Amino acid sequence: MSTRPSNAQEPVDVTAPVPSPDPRAEQRQGPAGPAADTTAAEPAAVTAGAGRAVELQDLHAFYGKTHAVRGVDLTFAPNKVTAIIGPSGCGKSTMVRCINRMHEEIKGAYATGRVLLDGQDVYAPELDVVSVRRAIGMVFQKPNPFPTMSVFDNVAAGLRLTGTKGVDLRERVERSLVGAGLWDEVKDRLGSPGAGLSGGQQQRLCIARTIAVEPDVILMDEPCSALDPIATLRIEELIDELKRRYTIVIVTHNMQQAGRVADETAFMLSGELIEIGPTSQIFTNPEDERTEQYVSGRFG
Amino acid sequence: MSELQPISARRRRTDVAMRGLMAAGTLLALVPLGLILFYLIRRGLGAWSWHFFTTDPTGRFIGDPGGIKSALIGTILIVALAALIAIPMGIGVAVYLVEYGKQSKFANIVRYFVDVMTGVPSIVFGLFIYIVLILSGSLGGFAAWKGSVALALLMLPVVTRSAEVVLNLVPNGLKEAGLALGSPRWRLILRVILPTAAPGLVTGSLLAVARAAGETAPLLFTAFAINATTFNLGDQMNSLPIQIFNDVRQAQDRIVERAWGAALALVVLILVMTLTARLISRRSRTQT
Repeated sequence: MSTRPSNAQEPVDVTAPVPSPDPRAEQRQGPAGPAADTTAAEPAAVTAGAGRAVELQDLHAFYGKTHAVRGVDLTFAPNKVTAIIGPSGCGKSTMVRCINRMHEEIKGAYATGRVLLDGQDVYAPELDVVSVRRAIGMVFQKPNPFPTMSVFDNVAAGLRLTGTKGVDLRERVERSLVGAGLWDEVKDRLGSPGAGLSGGQQQRLCIARTIAVEPDVILMDEPCSALDPIATLRIEELIDELKRRYTIVIVTHNMQQAGRVADETAFMLSGELIEIGPTSQIFTNPEDERTEQYVSGRFG
Repeated sequence: MSELQPISARRRRTDVAMRGLMAAGTLLALVPLGLILFYLIRRGLGAWSWHFFTTDPTGRFIGDPGGIKSALIGTILIVALAALIAIPMGIGVAVYLVEYGKQSKFANIVRYFVDVMTGVPSIVFGLFIYIVLILSGSLGGFAAWKGSVALALLMLPVVTRSAEVVLNLVPNGLKEAGLALGSPRWRLILRVILPTAAPGLVTGSLLAVARAAGETAPLLFTAFAINATTFNLGDQMNSLPIQIFNDVRQAQDRIVERAWGAALALVVLILVMTLTARLISRRSRTQT
């Protein structure tokens, strides 16, 4: 019985697959519109400013004498998810770690070039590196909650570690956990150790910890590579939510994942940026031959 | 293709022989330990009484020789002050080595001298303090706090080395997580690194304390000894090792027996501390 009404709408279904990237894009943008309204109306929502643009200009990164990133020019659009793909060792992670200056934490590592956060160079000598990292948060490959801290303290850690004063901790922690889609699972055990959660929950806890300091940009370095498919799916849904408020850069080994979450995709090879464009274009009709070879699985 | 073979008779014989050899070696090593404990308990326990723990040594050769109250209290006070000096300093040096100095030239020099200090005989620390703090004259004569300083010097390399090992075990991911949140390094150290390493730091420190508590030589030239109980670290002070050292040289059996009792008390004190260290490290292991 139910098949008959759907038959009447068949023409719609037939047309749907043809511009398939468009409805998906609309679906993604669809919630964004009303969500913007709800954030204004609902005090419980994260009120952080909209994501800011990040622009890389002639970025080079080195480990001692090893030249890992070779002159990348690239702009990450605000409130978009940009995926970085490429074979192992192509410099994706290194490039991303240059954006919040975590790269220089490794002994002998340094970077040259410019990284502009809304036009301001984060490598400017007078800038405090600590303030750069507050504005540009990072989620790591392996979930790394602080083992001595409870769930609550883990989320509050960012505020405490940055010495942020005058914030209602309880409210901010709840808001961040809601934002990371973890609140319902942990609200009854905020006092239990953060390391006692499952891997996927730990990673969402780390995301909650990151958004609790209200950065403008979130960098994710293969955030799902240590997780099972279901936990991965949850994180991907979360990324889709988060881009309303943050600019997101995600490094991924998983091309399907890039296809699912990213608005734009950049392909890197041997430390160079080969191509960046709308995700659907990179996967279906890339300009560069090497991109085409990589996304079709001919190497890497 | 290689053939699957049974264990040869020769291999089997060697195995049995070597196992036997190792078991015998272990037993041999346990013999002196067992004997020490046996004699300590047999001769020391007889000396123990309420009176033994609640009176000071009288110093008289006739009549009641007194107990070890002043020595017990002295050891606890002297070692506590030594711990108060050495533990924060040692952990501080370790934090510098792990978080700031890393592999720099200066850090490696510090590491080298810490190792050298570990090997310095304890009597040398006593002599050093004797020359610097007592013979110099400006700071008065023998005093308990000078004994504490000598013991602290002895503990410092032990605390530093164990703390460095433990701090190095803190996962790099935690440091990165803290830094990526925008934490200054000092806050990261205070709020993440030290708490994460805390059980190991406590264990290492307690072992250093236990070692210092049994040292006689550094106290001989520094805290010296008096019979009466005192709580003033500026005075001369009695301590268990010195009490044992003095008593065991006496001609009277009653006083030698007090040495045995004091020795057992010292061993029990150290045992309690070591067990505490064990418990703390075990509890932390089950947590993670």
